[in-house]
Amino acid sequence: MSTETLQLLYLIIMMIFLGVELIMHVPSVLHTPLMSGANAIHGVVIIGSIIVMGQATETLPMILGFIAVILGTLNVVGGFVVTNRMLEMFKKRQ
Amino acid sequence: MESLLAIIYLVASVTFIVGMKMLGSPATARRGNLVAAAGMGLAILGTITLYTNSNGEHLHNIPWIIGGLAIGTVIGWMMAIKVKMTSMPQMVSFFNGMGGACAALISLIEESHHSAMAGGAHAADVGTSLTIMAGLVIGSVSFSGSIIAFGKLAERIGDIDVKGQQFVNILVLAGVVVVSTMYVMGTMTGMQTLVILAVLSLAYGVLFVMPIGGADMPVVISLLNSFTGVAAACGGFLYGNMVMLIGGILVGSAGTILTVVMCKSMNRSLTNVLFGGLMSKKAGASAGGGSAVQGTIREVTAADAAVLMAYAKQVVIVPGYGLAVAQAQHVCHQLEHELESKGVTVKYAVHPVAGRMPGHMNVLLAEADVSYDKLVEMDEINPEFPTTDVVLVVGANDVVNPAAKTDPTSPIYGMPILDVELATHVIVMKRSMKAGYAGIENELFFRPNTAMLFGDAKASLTALAAQVKAL
Repeated sequence: MSTETLQLLYLIIMMIFLGVELIMHVPSVLHTPLMSGANAIHGVVIIGSIIVMGQATETLPMILGFIAVILGTLNVVGGFVVTNRMLEMFKKRQ
Repeated sequence: MESLLAIIYLVASVTFIVGMKMLGSPATARRGNLVAAAGMGLAILGTITLYTNSNGEHLHNIPWIIGGLAIGTVIGWMMAIKVKMTSMPQMVSFFNGMGGACAALISLIEESHHSAMAGGAHAADVGTSLTIMAGLVIGSVSFSGSIIAFGKLAERIGDIDVKGQQFVNILVLAGVVVVSTMYVMGTMTGMQTLVILAVLSLAYGVLFVMPIGGADMPVVISLLNSFTGVAAACGGFLYGNMVMLIGGILVGSAGTILTVVMCKSMNRSLTNVLFGGLMSKKAGASAGGGSAVQGTIREVTAADAAVLMAYAKQVVIVPGYGLAVAQAQHVCHQLEHELESKGVTVKYAVHPVAGRMPGHMNVLLAEADVSYDKLVEMDEINPEFPTTDVVLVVGANDVVNPAAKTDPTSPIYGMPILDVELATHVIVMKRSMKAGYAGIENELFFRPNTAMLFGDAKASLTALAAQVKAL
């Protein structure tokens, strides 16, 4: 195994622990917005679709890539906007 | 320039971590979401302008990319703005599915790159094949599963209970495993293989979510959410892209824990939620449905209920999904106001899974300006029920079903519930005598201290508020 792969594996394991730590003590009231926010964050997959789209030369990869960019954007924009709408409701309380 | 992009990705990764952390506390949650969104925007912009491949070439097709971003932004924004607060959970599920589909498509395109470069032969090394395969399988399952979950929450798809489905599920899953292994080993190659794999995975996603009851959908969505995170991380592995890797793994891990925590708040194990429907649904439902429930129900008019409440010392309102469906949260707030002007203490008892997701009810009541300190969580309100004069149950059912405490054959046995039956009077607002979302009867309705007020929650609450005011 190359050092680079090994480093990636270390990073992954650290991230798993970090993810657990971040969520463990959140009050249940915030579970829905938190799930929704996490949902928007995995929209980072959009970066991958931009990269494949930007390197596509043939028709089929172009079409698929274009669809992928649209779907990824839906995930990102929709995710963050929905989360923001939910959290707006919480803000009014103060 | 390459190092500038690397720094941008680093900054974006930090915003995701900080954003997630801030989302965990009510005071900072909103800013946390915006912080993560800003990081995402930065990463997208940076990729478009600065990304270079191993040959040092910049990205092509920029107009197409921007076009796709624009279309996605407009549609996503409109959907997110227009959706009603009650439909929030299915919206999240839908967006999650889109992310899964995006990851699956990336894998398909990558494979077509590799086969094209190698003239149809298998060019990718094992590591690359593994990530392409994983991205495709997990992304596809997440996509089709999320769409089924969306349909179930929107009540367009019912629970389907086919004999022998357990067998079919295992068969399809085995198919996915076999084809995946052969692809990674290089025995089966090319686009056809990936298309077969995609079809099998899509089918598995459907079969996996289908037998799970609608009430358990939040848990499923949370799980599929973490799946999509892992699928995104596969893309990060494929391109050695740090921000995708960090964002994906973070959500994968956080989503898994969130799923477990959600199961715990319903006092059930994840396996029970996911496979309970396949194993024992029939047995549980028939035993729980038929046995204990009999007796007569007592109806009450809005006028009588109003008198009862107006002269009470303390009234506890138990809101459920029925309140949300009827869009009655505002009228409910009005009733609370009228009662308080008569000197009645009003509190809301919010069950952890009231609504369709944990915290869903809090969002809905906050929308109607109900003040935060009136919302009391289950553990705090339960000791107060014996000294409460009137409990008003609005469109809630399973969370006040005493069978969860007394009937071991009931499907919801063991779920912590609100002990409303201990109050002096219980008024239950319901559309009809239909069973709740879990599909089981509720013996609470037949208790001597319970009275039913039938009708649409909004209409009934409006009548109640008017009657109280007139007193």
